[in-house]
Amino acid sequence: MTATTAPTPASSFGTLTSKLEIDVRLIGMLAALAVIWIGFDLLSGGVFLTPRNLWNLSVQTASVAVMATGMVLIIVTRNIDLSVGAILGFVGMIVGVVQARLLPGLLGFEHWLTAPLAVLAALVTGGLIGLFHGWLIAYLAIPSFIVTLGGLLVWRGAAWWVTTGQTVAPMDGRFKVLGGGIEGAVGATATWVIAAIACGLIVVALGLARRRRVRFGFPVRAGWADAVIAAIACGAVLGAAAIANAYPVPVGAARRLAEAQGIAWPDGGLFIPHGIAVPVLIAVAVGLFMTFLATRLRFGRYVFAIGGNPEAAELSGIPTRWVLMKVFGLMGVLCGISACISTARLNAATNAAGTLDELYVIAAAVIGGTSLAGGVGTIAGAMLGALVMQSLQSGMVLLGVDTPLQNIVVGAVLVVAVWLDGLYRRRIR
Amino acid sequence: MAHETGTPLVEMRNISISFGGIKAVDDVTVDLRPGEVVGLLGHNGAGKSTLIKILSGAYRPDAGEIYVNGTRADIASPRDAKAQGIETIYQTLALADNIDAAGNIFLGREMMTPYGTLDDASMEAETRKVMARLNPHFRRFKEPVKALSGGQRQSVAIARAIYFNARVLIMDEPTAALGPAETKQVADLVLQLKKEGIGIFLISHDIHDVFDLADRVSVMKNGRLVGSAKVSDVTQDEVLGMIILGKCPPGAIPGPGAS
Repeated sequence: MTATTAPTPASSFGTLTSKLEIDVRLIGMLAALAVIWIGFDLLSGGVFLTPRNLWNLSVQTASVAVMATGMVLIIVTRNIDLSVGAILGFVGMIVGVVQARLLPGLLGFEHWLTAPLAVLAALVTGGLIGLFHGWLIAYLAIPSFIVTLGGLLVWRGAAWWVTTGQTVAPMDGRFKVLGGGIEGAVGATATWVIAAIACGLIVVALGLARRRRVRFGFPVRAGWADAVIAAIACGAVLGAAAIANAYPVPVGAARRLAEAQGIAWPDGGLFIPHGIAVPVLIAVAVGLFMTFLATRLRFGRYVFAIGGNPEAAELSGIPTRWVLMKVFGLMGVLCGISACISTARLNAATNAAGTLDELYVIAAAVIGGTSLAGGVGTIAGAMLGALVMQSLQSGMVLLGVDTPLQNIVVGAVLVVAVWLDGLYRRRIR
Repeated sequence: MAHETGTPLVEMRNISISFGGIKAVDDVTVDLRPGEVVGLLGHNGAGKSTLIKILSGAYRPDAGEIYVNGTRADIASPRDAKAQGIETIYQTLALADNIDAAGNIFLGREMMTPYGTLDDASMEAETRKVMARLNPHFRRFKEPVKALSGGQRQSVAIARAIYFNARVLIMDEPTAALGPAETKQVADLVLQLKKEGIGIFLISHDIHDVFDLADRVSVMKNGRLVGSAKVSDVTQDEVLGMIILGKCPPGAIPGPGAS
């Protein structure tokens, strides 16, 4: 998708991006996303770019986006994980059984500890499965393709086994917040507060980075460039907040909320905004954490070094096998988070949850600029890739495109995107 | 020759290693003194690279001992070797192509901030210092090393080896991929490091290089040591005879591989 900029970017554009020190590929992805969004909006007669659709789109993207951040690190180390959808399914069943069958017997229904314990169970189960895969791959030297292909079958089967195929429902009330919906959105005030804090952090982070480089006497980008970047980033944050706050809660639910808070129901109805959805906040938090991990911590440096040259990493004294095992463990934890999101969203645990997710996750990472040759990839790119994939899909749903045709389009887009990306890479070399 | 006496910096005694039943290194003994350059010579496949990879911790020997400053050293990993002050410049350079110069120089030994995060600014500052010494025209600090020329990549690999105050430096074919000017630069560097008292193992199959720089040579053939000699005691032709025929001349101390 990045290659929308490939046809000879004008030299003025090139110098502008180099002055701003922005990744051209990221701009390309954003441009591709804009094309998709505007295209669907025109085709659907203005339904796509409504607060309601964009809000739903953000919620639908969350689960795959969370897993895509981990897939980036896996692919960067020259491995692959085909089992993430199956792990999601299995962990989802565990989460469902823990909170709907196990804990009510011990704590009683709707106990405040149920949701945290269910989430903890998800993270631990996912993490252990991931570490086990990582151990097989790193220490027994079984190719990751095989281990996770086996894992796909094993964990999908195991997901069925947990309840011999029965769907578990409903979920705990507090747990459902993780999945979005009316209870799963933070409301207007909190959304603005979060957006304001985010803007403050963006400005502070840019300022600190700049001061650090000045102190060491390194070249810094022009002051106006920093200002432009800060303005764009804050604009995006505030815009997203405004959109989330422009999507009102439906009348029936709004009336119930008003009654619960003892507000009289006015004649014209009440405009109660959703605000940002909780799963979206989770995904953004995961994205920030993973970016920090990948770029600011030793662990991330080692992951990229292993991907760039495994032998050199080994000779540098990096414990490559342990790092690799941890990468898969991390992927498992992220699958656990996604399992919570999708189980909560569905308000049920089914053994088919996450089917084909591995392919969407890999596609998101690859469309987001992660190179299958290893060593190259960004968390932000993969999350954008997830948004591109989900936009295509929900856009087609909106247009009433049949499911088989949807799959054909998504598959074709994936292949074309990687081809264009390859062309772009060869051109800049 | 001034270093006849005293404890060797490094001594590898009776080292053997085999891969799949083939003895890649068979009962080889070499040593190195402070400020000395020892050339390790032999054909491709003679076992030179394998021998030094044992010293740099990449392989564990099946038999034999390594002594550093006269004390037995257990070198089980590259980390152990570096802890002993043994640094290696590999023939392949062993750089992670997708990471910038600073990232490569400090790979595995990153500088950290008090908060436990990577201190990229300090690492870049140190990189600028060490690169100013090795390659004053180097400017591409922010680019992955994949984008650099052969000579620039070589300087990054050398910088990584000398930045951490090495006492022993292993150079595996350091000039194989370089042009004449850069080869001269490496030769100057070897002489300078030698003055600082660093011991250098110089692996090469270019006999002229070795004769210009080395104090002693050790020759290997088919995994075995043919012999060791001071370069002043043997001629280039005699050393060629050692490499090709395994024939040890009178000026050299014969090893178990001499025919």
